[in-house]
Amino acid sequence: MKSVLSLQVALFVVIVAALAFLPVFASPYGLTLMIGMLGYVTLATAWALFSGPTRYVSLATVAFFGIGAYTVAVFSESMAYPLLLLVSAAIGLLVASVVGFATLRLAGVYFVIFTFGLAELIRQLVTWYEVNMTGTLGRYIFLPVTPEGIYWQLLGLAAITFAISWGVGRSRIGLALKVIGDDEVVAAHCGINVARVKLALFAVSSTIITLVGAIQAPRWTYVEPVIAFNPTVSFLTLIMALLGGANRLTGPLLGAVPLFLLFEWLSANFPNHYSIILGLLFIAIVFILPRGVLAFAEENWKRWRRHEVKTVPGVAE
Amino acid sequence: MLVTALLSGLVLGGTYALVAMGLTLQYGIARIMNLAYGEMIISAAFLAYVLYADAGINPVVGLLIAAPAGFLLGYVVYGVMMRPLVARAKDKASLEIDSILATFGLLFVIQGVLLVIFGANFTSYNYLNVAVDVFGTNIAANRLLALVMALVLGGGLYMLLTRTLWGTALRAVAVAPASAPLVGINVDKAARMAFALGGALAAAGGVVISMYQTFTATSGVVFTMKALIVVIMGGVGNILGALSAGLILGLVETFVATYIDPGLTLAATYGIFLAILLWRPAGLFGRASR
Repeated sequence: MKSVLSLQVALFVVIVAALAFLPVFASPYGLTLMIGMLGYVTLATAWALFSGPTRYVSLATVAFFGIGAYTVAVFSESMAYPLLLLVSAAIGLLVASVVGFATLRLAGVYFVIFTFGLAELIRQLVTWYEVNMTGTLGRYIFLPVTPEGIYWQLLGLAAITFAISWGVGRSRIGLALKVIGDDEVVAAHCGINVARVKLALFAVSSTIITLVGAIQAPRWTYVEPVIAFNPTVSFLTLIMALLGGANRLTGPLLGAVPLFLLFEWLSANFPNHYSIILGLLFIAIVFILPRGVLAFAEENWKRWRRHEVKTVPGVAE
Repeated sequence: MLVTALLSGLVLGGTYALVAMGLTLQYGIARIMNLAYGEMIISAAFLAYVLYADAGINPVVGLLIAAPAGFLLGYVVYGVMMRPLVARAKDKASLEIDSILATFGLLFVIQGVLLVIFGANFTSYNYLNVAVDVFGTNIAANRLLALVMALVLGGGLYMLLTRTLWGTALRAVAVAPASAPLVGINVDKAARMAFALGGALAAAGGVVISMYQTFTATSGVVFTMKALIVVIMGGVGNILGALSAGLILGLVETFVATYIDPGLTLAATYGIFLAILLWRPAGLFGRASR
């Protein structure tokens, strides 16, 4: 068991190291693609960190993503770059704590709608503030960050997110989360502080999402609320995590990579039919793969194996 | 100014109430949270626009076409998409998540189709756009008609649900879905009927909205949100609650827009929503527990 574990860790390190050398070979377009993909892999993994085990469908992704991007835009001229990321993360953490504290007792559809509304609310408030207080709507970001720099930062964040997700899955808090996801009443009776566990995970997940927004912000050079708080980000993150399976460590990764490439291709070739295909995908996932590709493949593999064992006479007994 | 704000608030509130009644039927009786509800509203608004602009059919007659079409759409959507999910669901929570995700997909499909057909432009048409003098202030006749239509439809639905055997059966399913079969109510049929009726109300709401507001292919989500806020404020499944909560929301929005800042209406809406969720999750008129 121990050796399997160290093998996994070694494999993870090798993959991350190999990915770190990719910008040397990639074309500028390839690098742009990799940045977008890494961004969504991180978003989906961070989303699943909270929403997978608790089964709380959150649409607040873009709220935090936008907070990160906008913080960078606002302070880009008055702060050093590392400090900028720290401030964004701090603001994201603060908002997540307040929001989580107020809303994590909501369940089901109330939570879905609230988180969706939260993104819209923040966008409206930022727009209102910009128009009435500062008098401008857009902001320019001029930061001395290269695409390679963004790529490496995102890779680092993605690796950290995976490590956190892996660690949580093996720890007491991960077990507590699973119990909460199965039955909140039972969890409370087992002595789990339901509110605290949920709040902690929500805060961690939201802070990572904020950082993704902050790191990617210099790519835009021009930011306004409509761009930074585009709800499509929330929808894509959600569907990526669901396709792969939000309960598995690598599920969101497996969902994010193909879907990112698919949507990239769709928006280039069929920009008008983009949302129809997105909708059909949602419906297909709910009906065909309700627990994600990984769980589906695993079940069928087991069934196939069992079938195979049965057909060989004299082996089973 | 006060009377103007009050009147436009009532018009807006009447529309919200009408629309929210449909959602409260779908969510309260069929137990399906239909996130594509706003898209059904906007589809009907576009239907009314096409009928009026291309065929010259006035929106009041358009309503007679749109509402049955909405009923049919709701009926088919429930039969094709929701029934398998209801049959598969182990408990209420898993049905809720499945139906949210499935109707979420439906939202994008309808929105995408509307975008392909009509584009992303703001759409509106001029119908009965003449000023009428009410209590010393001027209000457009189409707004007044919208209010009257909302009140007639809402009142009619209320009578239907409270005074007929059929309506009583529907309400019984909303209150006690497990016990309803014991008294001979076909829950599946009732759920399908409620969902279809909700679709008809959405379509009616869409026609009413199209008479006095501009709309785009993507504005459905806002209506879903507002309808849901009204439903939760009034208590899920509570028709009178939805009616009064809708009027309250419309008045609050208009007053915020008139006296504070038009840019803050949505913020006010979410403020109310949050307050209700935190302090009265069962609704303004709801009991303490569900």
